[in-house]
Amino acid sequence: MTAVVNVFLKEGVLDPQGKAAHHALDALGFDGVVDVRIGKQIIIQLDTDNRAIAEEKVKEMSETLLANTVIEDYTIEIN
Amino acid sequence: MRVAILQFPGTNCEFDTQYAFEKLGHTTELVWHEESSLPTEIDLVVVPGGFSYGDYLRSGSIARFSKVMKAVQAFADTGGKVLGICNGFQILTEAGLLPGALKRNNNLHFISKQQHLRVVNSDNAFLNQCSRGEVLTIPIAHADGNYYIDEAGFEALEANGQILLRYCDTEGNPVVVNGSVTSIAGVCNQAKNVFGLMPHPERALESILGSEDGIKMLKGFES
Repeated sequence: MTAVVNVFLKEGVLDPQGKAAHHALDALGFDGVVDVRIGKQIIIQLDTDNRAIAEEKVKEMSETLLANTVIEDYTIEIN
Repeated sequence: MRVAILQFPGTNCEFDTQYAFEKLGHTTELVWHEESSLPTEIDLVVVPGGFSYGDYLRSGSIARFSKVMKAVQAFADTGGKVLGICNGFQILTEAGLLPGALKRNNNLHFISKQQHLRVVNSDNAFLNQCSRGEVLTIPIAHADGNYYIDEAGFEALEANGQILLRYCDTEGNPVVVNGSVTSIAGVCNQAKNVFGLMPHPERALESILGSEDGIKMLKGFES
């Protein structure tokens, strides 16, 4: 199975990269941009076909290493 | 004093740190990250600056799981003194030995310059040679020095006297350098035996090179 982990700064934690990209989009004339947030996507290939096991494992990986939960939130998709 | 200085792949301030402590008359030992124990009879562990593991994922996030960090954790748990400088500060926050986290600088730049710092609390094993409110000049050189902590965490830091240093102007007024919460440049843990700061005291030992205020900071550990 493949797990896709998306890691973003928490709501309320200023995202300086997102803010810079937002300013750049404004400067390029793209109107209607309300907010831009930049995160990372981590794609993990797993040797299991069991979704529940995959979810549990990837959640533990996210909490331990992939995200710093002091400043970041994460989402997991299993395909 | 015997000082252990950690080395990870990508560490680059270990020799400056060694020079600094030896200049002050101490014995130093470099400790490779794969070591599972620290040398015996160590008085201080320094986690020096650099770019451990290329800052991949997040600064300090991979180094903090190295073998030697388990020994550092155990050393700190029994009251051993630990100092994290720059990348070392990032590693100690990632390891949970210090509260908060260090984010990318607000202006997205790598900031490298001499910086004034105000001593916020000096009643600890690190800054006891400095006085509260004193303005020091120490170089900074970092991209991820934007200290973040939530409101409850910040209140606890303040109440326990855990804020060590703030970026300031020549008069000691706080200035925004990288976006840190209330301009924080360094903190310690609640037990006041683990210290972390973004500025580099080991680079401020000779006035001909800009400042010797680093001596005063590092000498604190002698008492």
